[in-house]
Amino acid sequence: MRLLVLLAVAALLAAPAAAGDRPSLAKLEAEIICPVCHTTLDQSDSPIALRMKGFIKQRIAAGDSESQIKSKLVAQFGEAVLASPPRKGFNLLAWWLPIAGIAAGAAALGFGAWRWSRGRESSGAGGEGPLEPELERRLDEELARFES
Amino acid sequence: MTAARAKLGGQVLAVALVAALLALLIWKVARGSGQTATPANFTLSRLDRPGKLSLASLRGKVVVVNFWASWCIPCKKESPRFEAAWKRYRSQGLVVVGIDANDFSSDARKFAAHYHLTYPLLHDGSGKTLGPYGVTGFPETRFIDRRGRFVGEHVIGQISSSRLEKNIEKALRS
Repeated sequence: MRLLVLLAVAALLAAPAAAGDRPSLAKLEAEIICPVCHTTLDQSDSPIALRMKGFIKQRIAAGDSESQIKSKLVAQFGEAVLASPPRKGFNLLAWWLPIAGIAAGAAALGFGAWRWSRGRESSGAGGEGPLEPELERRLDEELARFES
Repeated sequence: MTAARAKLGGQVLAVALVAALLALLIWKVARGSGQTATPANFTLSRLDRPGKLSLASLRGKVVVVNFWASWCIPCKKESPRFEAAWKRYRSQGLVVVGIDANDFSSDARKFAAHYHLTYPLLHDGSGKTLGPYGVTGFPETRFIDRRGRFVGEHVIGQISSSRLEKNIEKALRS
């Protein structure tokens, strides 16, 4: 579970670094939504999707960065054009809530397991307490007879 | 005692979560597509000149709202009809408003120049006006009377000149 959380955090931290790289048409087509058909551009051949693909090609050729291309598309079509919400402000919730959910689930599971094991220990410890006087007397008699 | 309380708390939380999800579902179903019975106000950037235009500023006039996009083939055929109607009826208090939605504003400007459109053209890139006006495709046209109410037909698809004039005259009379 820890490994999963670490991998998710690493992916989140690595993504902004990757955004600064030279933009790829295939990557952008997978990250931009067609405003008419509501699928990513790589899954749509609608007229506006084709026009947007052409626009992205033009901007890549003109030397724009990935974030510049996305900003221009957001200026035209609004934030809904992004397949994943930007990592700022209220939108951060969309990124951190799943991680917080996984962490809370792991904590709940851990706590449950700890309580369960503790319960077993305490019920097991009940057999190791002092014996009742009658039972102790009988045990002593038995042991004395066995030794004699 | 503590375990019983924790169990009860968990059950209350689970029931509250289910109730909240149910309320969300009911709200979404009741809201439907977001279409409103009376024309929703909008304020959008103009394509034909700098600045913005709101529907509220046109109160007292008959408004023809045409939803279009430069990539829409039937829009190319019908736009000259709106230009003709705008020229013919504007002296009687008619305004044609073209809302270019889900489109690049640069493409829309080229389209307007190509078809010599002179009526107010607005840009709604994200398409936020489509839901309240019940628009599901392009082109679509709605008519609003001087008192700010929907009147006539909700025309889905390309509109003919006769149908456009019939609806305009009905709106002017109401």
